[in-house]
Amino acid sequence: MRGLLTGLAALAGLVGSTSAMAAPPTDPLGSPLWDMHAERLFGKDKVVFDPAVHVDVPVIAENQHVFPMTLDARALGTVKRIIVLVDLDPLPLPVDFTPGEAAPWLSLRIKLDQRTPVRVAAQTPDGTWHVAGVWVDAAGGGCSAPPVSRAKGDWAQHLGEVRGAVYRSAQATRIRFAVRHPMDTGLVENIPAYNIETIRIMAGKQELSHMAVTGSVSEDPAFTMLLPAGEARPLTIAMHDSNGRDFDGILNPAEPEKHP
Amino acid sequence: MTALTRRGALGMLAGGLVSLTGAAQAEQFAGTYHLVPVALAEGIWLVRGADAPIAFANGGAIANCVIMASNAGPILFDCGPSRNYATALSALARKLTGKPPALVLISHLHPDHSLGASAFDPAIVAALPGTIADIERDGPGMSDAMFRMLADWMRGTEVVVPGRRLAAGPFEFGGRHLQLFSLAGHSASDLVALDEASGTLLAGDLVFKDRAPATPHATLSTWLASLDRLAAIPHRRLVPGHGPWDQDGSGIAQTRDWLTWLDKALHDASAQGLDMTEAGEIAIPARFAGMQAARYELQRSVSHFYPAIEIDSLPRIDGGTGG
Repeated sequence: MRGLLTGLAALAGLVGSTSAMAAPPTDPLGSPLWDMHAERLFGKDKVVFDPAVHVDVPVIAENQHVFPMTLDARALGTVKRIIVLVDLDPLPLPVDFTPGEAAPWLSLRIKLDQRTPVRVAAQTPDGTWHVAGVWVDAAGGGCSAPPVSRAKGDWAQHLGEVRGAVYRSAQATRIRFAVRHPMDTGLVENIPAYNIETIRIMAGKQELSHMAVTGSVSEDPAFTMLLPAGEARPLTIAMHDSNGRDFDGILNPAEPEKHP
Repeated sequence: MTALTRRGALGMLAGGLVSLTGAAQAEQFAGTYHLVPVALAEGIWLVRGADAPIAFANGGAIANCVIMASNAGPILFDCGPSRNYATALSALARKLTGKPPALVLISHLHPDHSLGASAFDPAIVAALPGTIADIERDGPGMSDAMFRMLADWMRGTEVVVPGRRLAAGPFEFGGRHLQLFSLAGHSASDLVALDEASGTLLAGDLVFKDRAPATPHATLSTWLASLDRLAAIPHRRLVPGHGPWDQDGSGIAQTRDWLTWLDKALHDASAQGLDMTEAGEIAIPARFAGMQAARYELQRSVSHFYPAIEIDSLPRIDGGTGG
């Protein structure tokens, strides 16, 4: 990991010395890697630290393999794209989310490899990135310890099992889904990287929303999303992993809610 | 009770769990454990822990420890989080009884109760076989976690595997007669001891009072059954693992109330479609307002239990069935 960071830092140095772009704003979190990540991710786009973006996390990182977070950029109005940035993780971008018809709101679980800033960057249609984040104290090893199902040995028996449900309210059609997947980071000895890469929410042939995800999303990924209230079309959760496998789940918001 | 030192207070600021500042954690030095004995009965003293999460500010001294005099030397029931804590506890026991500790009973594996064993000869450290297996398996990991949080407070602390195996039933040591109970639920193996002369029931972490129960190795149904067992043991006073002692069954009742509420609240949250962060933010009933660390322990419990609960509440949507 140190070698990787050194390499990235050298790359950032190169970018910084050969371009004339404006420096990103000073990081209120004082992260050692902010400038590097900001230049690489946001390029020439305007970047502002904005309390309108909410990053909701527990008071303690009880399990560094499964750290829950909820991001909420609804106060910005329309949002084109949302990136979760975990500055000091070897895989610093767990999710790159294009809300589309979904609200700019997402619940997920990520891995933490050490004490690090956890941030959300939301891009509005004018191109500006609105960034907020918190330092989270975590024990090491979230990305570099094998997943539970690898230790148990049963991951292949359950690979790709998809679960989910719809919860309707006057405000939103809330969907939850979870898929059994080891989400191997490639940073554990003798276990190559193997992870879900894309998740698309489809209504028929129409894509409502999509996410690119990496191995720093927790094993057996689980997500909660908010679609518009009154959404009644059958929805397909279409997932594709790095070995080329596809896993689909079907949710039908028009059916009565069934929660066993 | 651990006094808040200036260094400790600084530690609390810099070592905040989710801190809003980027302040780097500077090298910090431990304070001194100040242990205050409270006489409970003839030859029995309670040393209270801070009713708080483990933090640099309290040196990890959050668990209650009990000193019981015996003709062979004092018996300790739990011995704190670190070698330095247990050394201070040992000195206190000697001051109170004139002899150094002759036996150290470990209630269960958790480091705030067990890592102080580092200050003693393993031959005088005793636990249930299940606890010994737990410490052999998880001791190194728990020690790492405590060093990360408590740093200098942990200086010199090593994992000691108890050398003496306990069994349920009557237990006599140096003229003191105990009844030992082998229970479970807070962890896979929870030791409870009743001092027959005084009717003092040492419940370990099966009972928390005015401090929210911690659940990292808990099985709630087993824990609730153990609370029924505890309530059925005649006793005059009960010392919980955390919080003040009582004489009226209130510790058992409150622990049962919290665990019952917690289990239902997490299932309800999942049935409503809440994700983990949202489940950790549900309202905590007003009757628990006096309970320390309630939100903190609720969010830890979400981490321990929620993924399994939500899998049960989400049906398969891929056309497959079952597991």
